[in-house]
Amino acid sequence: MKTAQSVDHVVIRFAGDSGDGMQIVGTQFTNTTALFGNDLATFPDFPAEIRAPAGTVAGVSGFQVHFASHDIFTPGDAPEALIAMNPAALKVNIADLKKGGLVIANKEKFVDREIEKAGLTSNPLEDGSLSDYRVVAVDLARNTKEAVDGLGLSLKETERCKNFYALGITYWLYSRPLEPTEKWVEAKFKEPYKEANLRALRAGYAYAETVELFHSRYEIPPMQQAPGIYRNIVGNHATALGMLVAAEKAHLPLFLGSYPITPATDILQFLASYKAFGVQTFQAEDEIAGITSAIGAAFGGALGLTTTSGPGMALKTEAMGLAVMTELPLVIVNVQRGGPSTGLPTKTEQSDLLQAIYGRNGEAPIPVVAACTPADCFEMAIEATRIAVTYMTPVILLTDGYLANGSEPWMVPNVDDIPEFPVTFRTEVEGFKAYGRDPVTLARPWVRPGTPGLEHRIGGIEKADGTGNVSYDPDNHEHMVHIRAQKVAGIKVPDLEAHGDEGGLLVVGWGSTFGAIRVAVDQARAQGVKVAHAHLKHLNPLPANTDALFRKYDRIIVPEMNLGQLVKILREKTLIDCISIPKIQGKAFKVSEILAAIQHHQVVEAK
Amino acid sequence: MDAQTPRTFAKKDYMSDQVIRWCPGCGDYAILSQAQTVFAELQIPRENLAVISGIGCSSRFPYYVNSYGFHTIHGRAFAVATGLKVARPELSVWVATGDGDALSIGGNHFIHVCRRNVDLQIIMFNNRIYGLTKGQFSPTSEIGKKTKTSPMGSIDHPFTPAALALGADASFVARSVDIFVKEQREVLKAAAHHKGTSFVEIYQNCNIFNDGAWDQLTDKTIREERCLFLEHGKPMVFAGGKKGIRLNGLRPEVVELGEGLSAADCLVHDETDPFFGAIVARMDFPEFPVPMGVIHRKERPSYEAMVADQITTAKATGKRDLQKLLYGGETWTVK
Repeated sequence: MKTAQSVDHVVIRFAGDSGDGMQIVGTQFTNTTALFGNDLATFPDFPAEIRAPAGTVAGVSGFQVHFASHDIFTPGDAPEALIAMNPAALKVNIADLKKGGLVIANKEKFVDREIEKAGLTSNPLEDGSLSDYRVVAVDLARNTKEAVDGLGLSLKETERCKNFYALGITYWLYSRPLEPTEKWVEAKFKEPYKEANLRALRAGYAYAETVELFHSRYEIPPMQQAPGIYRNIVGNHATALGMLVAAEKAHLPLFLGSYPITPATDILQFLASYKAFGVQTFQAEDEIAGITSAIGAAFGGALGLTTTSGPGMALKTEAMGLAVMTELPLVIVNVQRGGPSTGLPTKTEQSDLLQAIYGRNGEAPIPVVAACTPADCFEMAIEATRIAVTYMTPVILLTDGYLANGSEPWMVPNVDDIPEFPVTFRTEVEGFKAYGRDPVTLARPWVRPGTPGLEHRIGGIEKADGTGNVSYDPDNHEHMVHIRAQKVAGIKVPDLEAHGDEGGLLVVGWGSTFGAIRVAVDQARAQGVKVAHAHLKHLNPLPANTDALFRKYDRIIVPEMNLGQLVKILREKTLIDCISIPKIQGKAFKVSEILAAIQHHQVVEAK
Repeated sequence: MDAQTPRTFAKKDYMSDQVIRWCPGCGDYAILSQAQTVFAELQIPRENLAVISGIGCSSRFPYYVNSYGFHTIHGRAFAVATGLKVARPELSVWVATGDGDALSIGGNHFIHVCRRNVDLQIIMFNNRIYGLTKGQFSPTSEIGKKTKTSPMGSIDHPFTPAALALGADASFVARSVDIFVKEQREVLKAAAHHKGTSFVEIYQNCNIFNDGAWDQLTDKTIREERCLFLEHGKPMVFAGGKKGIRLNGLRPEVVELGEGLSAADCLVHDETDPFFGAIVARMDFPEFPVPMGVIHRKERPSYEAMVADQITTAKATGKRDLQKLLYGGETWTVK
């Protein structure tokens, strides 16, 4: 038996047809790795089509896992190993693989018909095109068939076990325990599929251990983590849990009005399963009914929430204006995806920032916050709610496809340690004005219908200051436009902090670029570059010290998955000419890309 | 106010202090007045009454009712009201809307609120015209109607709102006319008593942009001839008992009574049967008298009650431990 080679981090990618079960094995590998105690980050990458034609490049589904014995912030730039279930999966992913990396190929799919379907002209296992890599071709189908022999499975059912065979191989290769997946299979499947998947998994492990195909085996020791109870979590789940806790902390019932849309649907699904916590989920007939039902619930005194992605945001726009005008609290979650129009439904992008901040008719200011890691979605859901109920305003929380489906270990907070922000509804009749204001927050009172003596009418027509009656008075309108702007501008948000050097180059990011920027900045600093990282979680209003912090640096670059939307805002707010580093491919930044930008823009002091 | 203190509400208690800005002579005044009368007759506590509207002349309605009110955006009142009723089932939620608001821009929400059977009272003012935008054809305007946007006559086939509501499985469908004061009140009361979505279409006159739209049906001199006042379990007779409705195969037909035919030969109104309702809802002038009153009424569980039931069930069967939920299935501890 080989001795394992200890390494501190590894990136592997599973790739196959949409129907090959790559998301399942990716998730299993992730959970096992998390339980083992490695830090990790994952990124699933799947096509918009549920089942594109088998064997074609359009149907390739991938799942990348980065795991390490130290802190990591991204799912990794280039995998060290690629598990390719067919030629199309190999073709789509091989360019990302590190030179010298390992390819585990599903041998029986590398035949003329499949090679042709993938748009290749020759067999990559034979034509020398993989000479830069270590290739292990495994006859997955035959081996799996032998493993499940005697269970009475059809050919198709047998075929469906081969992903577990492949998973077994990787478990041996990276010294992972089988138990977590065995337990999962036992709970998830009925006989004979339970036995079949278990046999396939163990057979894959034994195969890797027995045959001499692998030159080395790897061991990635557990990391030293801060004490606490951990779990692995994806962003959409964190958002759902965050909203649930936020409602609890605000002492409000939670109402979600939503229409299914990729990649936001999971939030609706998670919250629909939390009825025991009193959550009301309303799967509306469309995006507009999603938000307007939430506004109706907010009028009734509930915490209104609506969740969507870019095209849905476009449809909700008019209703957001209504929430601005009626000054009702509401949380709007936009899990951004590639746009415009239908765009790239399953790919990530940050191109809805300007839409979030400015994209409404009239002067309609809305606070905007953004989560920066999958687990951070939990924190920012609570923060969005805090702002909404404290200031009586709709709030937009921006996440994106990369955060929504990506995962990381999360030190689960103690619910009791999370500060409360209980809502007090107005019941005092004396001196009540529907549009009277709190002198500090400028919030108007929130009254629950059912409160005697406080009957009042609100609506989308301009309101007279104080009474809230319909008013077309020109001076009143100008006054109210200012009040609404002041209210949002005056929201208290934490100061912006810089990680790294003072002076030189500052890399400013927002949202899901956090991990890639942080790693690139640390690597650059290790190389002697004078650079720091500041990450904006509050986009409207910006932290009060933004301008002052920026002025400590000689140059500012802003990597974004859009054509420079934050740069426009930062220039407007600070009059500092920030440099845009755009990437708009539906894919997250690689550390190497940001590192290259840092090196290119570094401030070299005159000697 | 002390919740224990018995209170009574008069009609004037439901009148707000806002100046009403409908055109003088508008049919909306009559509908507002009848609704306020009904609120008082039913003694709905003012604080538990919520009136939701969309956009259009009719949607100014909430401003004139002294209750909780929400003048929302065009076509979306049903969705706002759904959210409110689900969040606060104990409130009496009414929706004021028009033919454009409900059936054009809000058409999608309209059919879905009907099928879900949210316990709302919907009053749809049908004047067959866009009034607030000053006279364009609406989804109930008749073919050939000349308006500013249809100078050669409308080529849009109109909806029959009651048939549309029934097609969407509304559990209560009724019709009245702004000037039929007594009948209108009865219909509104029946709507309030019905648990589920109550759809009430009220023929309303826009005396500025479509004056006299319903005169051919509702004028005092011809009303008896051209309207059929429905009563559950009673034969369908009209024109002072001189005419009736009989079923010929699957089609209704008008018959003269008296010559060998009596009320006993006429169709008996059955408001509980949706197949029957579909026939009644389709009857229209000039072939038929226009049915007035409750066309269909059949209780089935209301949406917000089922939402509440599921939550009650989930709470009873599932353990409510937020901390445990955050931990999820698999955790590991670092010491």
